[in-house]
Amino acid sequence: MSEWRPPLALIGAWLGLLALLALTVTLAYVPLGASNAVVALAIGTIKAGLVAAIFMELRHRSGLTLVFAGAGLFWLGILLWLGSMDFLTRT
Amino acid sequence: MSETNYLTTDYTLRSWFLTTDHKRIAILYFASLIFFFFIGGAAATAIRIELATPQGDFVSSDIYNRLFTMHGIIMVWFFLIPSIPNTLGNFIVPLMIGARDLAFPRLNLMSWYIFMLGGCTTLFAIFAGGIDTGWTFYTPFSTLYSNSYVIVAAAGVFIAGFSSILTGLNFIVTIHRLRAPGLTWYRLPLFLWSLYATSVILVLATPVLAITLLLMATERFFGVGIFDPRIGGDPLLFQHLFWFYSHPAVYIMILPGMGVINELVSCFSRKQVFGYKFVAWCSLAIAAVGFLVWGHHMFVSGQSLVASLVFSFMSFIVAVPSAIKVFNWTATLHKGSIHFDAPMLYALGFIGLFTVGGLTGLFLACLAYDVHATDTYFVVAHFHYIMVGGMVTAYFGGLHYWWPKITGRLYSEYWARAAAILIFFGFNLTFFPQFVLGAEGMPRRYHVYPPEFQVWNVLSSGGAVILAIAYLMPVFYFGYSAFFGRRAPANPWDAPGLEWQTSSPPPEHNFTSQPVVTRDPYQYDEDFHAEPQNA
Amino acid sequence: MRSRKMPDGSAFAPQYASIPHRDHTAELGMWVFIATEVLLFGGLILAYFIYRHAFPHGFVEGSRHTEIVIGTVNTAVLLTSSFLVAWAVEIFSPATSRIATWLLMGAACLGLVFLVLKGIEYSKEYDAHLVPGIDFQSAGPLADGVQLFFILYFIATAIHALHVLIGICLLTTLATICRKAPTTRHHTALRSAALYWHFVDMVWIFLFALIYLPGRSSS
Repeated sequence: MSEWRPPLALIGAWLGLLALLALTVTLAYVPLGASNAVVALAIGTIKAGLVAAIFMELRHRSGLTLVFAGAGLFWLGILLWLGSMDFLTRT
Repeated sequence: MSETNYLTTDYTLRSWFLTTDHKRIAILYFASLIFFFFIGGAAATAIRIELATPQGDFVSSDIYNRLFTMHGIIMVWFFLIPSIPNTLGNFIVPLMIGARDLAFPRLNLMSWYIFMLGGCTTLFAIFAGGIDTGWTFYTPFSTLYSNSYVIVAAAGVFIAGFSSILTGLNFIVTIHRLRAPGLTWYRLPLFLWSLYATSVILVLATPVLAITLLLMATERFFGVGIFDPRIGGDPLLFQHLFWFYSHPAVYIMILPGMGVINELVSCFSRKQVFGYKFVAWCSLAIAAVGFLVWGHHMFVSGQSLVASLVFSFMSFIVAVPSAIKVFNWTATLHKGSIHFDAPMLYALGFIGLFTVGGLTGLFLACLAYDVHATDTYFVVAHFHYIMVGGMVTAYFGGLHYWWPKITGRLYSEYWARAAAILIFFGFNLTFFPQFVLGAEGMPRRYHVYPPEFQVWNVLSSGGAVILAIAYLMPVFYFGYSAFFGRRAPANPWDAPGLEWQTSSPPPEHNFTSQPVVTRDPYQYDEDFHAEPQNA
Repeated sequence: MRSRKMPDGSAFAPQYASIPHRDHTAELGMWVFIATEVLLFGGLILAYFIYRHAFPHGFVEGSRHTEIVIGTVNTAVLLTSSFLVAWAVEIFSPATSRIATWLLMGAACLGLVFLVLKGIEYSKEYDAHLVPGIDFQSAGPLADGVQLFFILYFIATAIHALHVLIGICLLTTLATICRKAPTTRHHTALRSAALYWHFVDMVWIFLFALIYLPGRSSS
């Protein structure tokens, strides 16, 4: 029955995620001006990356699965970038 | 035909409405789409009757608004988008790939039920009183001022969107994972490359429509002004979100047609498609670049000049892969052995009509010209040339081509050619005058117009009568063929694809043994049909 | 065109060639579905960025009125539930099916905790008159921005909560059917549901950063 123990990577990811959560909340209270938003999103991205790589097992996957996983993100980028262009360039 | 095939395995209603056989699901879709086509066509008939005279004497302006809205919503979401993918695609993809079914057959059935639920919801909205916002649901009219069944209609479209997504998901995974041994990507028929590109759009664009309709309905229902300028909201945000989906949607409504044309042009020229790799990659290019051009629907809406310039430029770029395809089809015809069977008549019609539609799209992509042409009949003519002259023509061509495979019967070639020619004539008579009307300034979505526009409108309405008759003809000769037509052989067109290596109609599991592919597609010069079929 | 004998289809559907074939196909299918969800939430994210750009101070002010304690606890709850689900997937086997069931039920319970806390949070916002369309009172020059912020807040978190609810139903169903003799089919289904659950967690990570964190470093 020893196979019930979770692998170290999973525990590490979980603890890391909680640590990053504490970090991002703490940093939100530190006045960094415009960087607050950047820092919050950066930490969020790292957390999401941990979930994707370790919980969703993308670190064990290759080629096609990674392309499929990245495709949504890439298209989201198009929506956000090209979608904001009008609003950012109005005079 | 003594062996059982997918039609004869079971005759119960249950075996049809709980089927997971992609071929039967294709027929369920086919029947539903005929129904929706006639409803959308009825709206078009009423519109053309009204527009035969300058005065508003057939319907009121309010009813007219509901008519063109109904026509747009039904034809876009409940006919064109599902047309080739869910009928021909569902039936042919596993056969062409050498598989026994799609990757997720139960998801496929669910997709049809979701489609029907969406369709019934939308029909309820229409028959309860209709909706008058145009198929584009623009705010603030849809959210604040319209007194019609906006939320119900939006719900119907929202639901149908899930059907689109599931279909696209199924095709993408199927084409990646269920190809027969030896069937590499560059050996795939181009119909599959086109459906793959279509599926990418279905999967990535439709969710944005879903959230857009949800936001619009939420604003209307709860009175929360997401798009309301009075609290700082921006109606253009709705338009950006809406067109982010709806422009790629028009590529959903042409790419499958282009895919069919590849099959027809090669078969009836007895030649492989010229520039196979170019055509394959151009399908993907159209899908990808098609996501970058949506602002060309918003040139005069208040969008920034910078954005308009970028979208105009990208709209020119997106025309290139389509043009490459037209050149390649033409080169395929060159020195081919041309057979003017009905499917080929449709294919040739497609090439001409799509070219006209595509070129006029470039006119509209020019900022300066679009200022004059936007919201006029020029735009209406442009998109009907592509969607009807292109996609519907290709759909009919594909239906004729694969009819023997699907039904195991042959249709009357005489009546089919007559219908094809009448459709071409009726279509041009209906829609070419609309280019003239638009260039002369007649606005769209109006039920009255100045008397000087009447001549062209009468020509257009006259053409619509011919078109309606022509579209009714297949009902009769296909109907006759389904019950009394001569039995079709496995390969009536002498074509090399995998779908022709099994009986007409196919057995329930498509092939008696796993096909293995050893050569490139479209090898019309080889003596392929002499190869033995192993049991 | 040569042919060979079709593989035996008794353990898996006939369109598949083998069990690994079926499993990899199912995983790809789930990633395609996740891509659609990315674009669904993406529309809301675009709306958020557009309006935050137009009303920077209003949005920051709106963020200050969110319940950061509940938000942070909820984030920890979802992260932990994801850990439990990933754990269950990793150890899943006939020998460990009971433990896997407990892990999945634990994750589902944490999901319920999330929803309950969200409900409490919504009721606090209702008491503070911050619910546009139902009871929204905000005055001053930033009122428009605050209102747009809360419109997007409620829509985004409600749609997310709906996804959490669906995930809870999925996990509970799988926990129940996997208890007796689980097969590779169950494992594949569990993997797909796990991907969905982790994705819902990822969406929350970004919503948390955009909704709760701005404006905390000033008053």
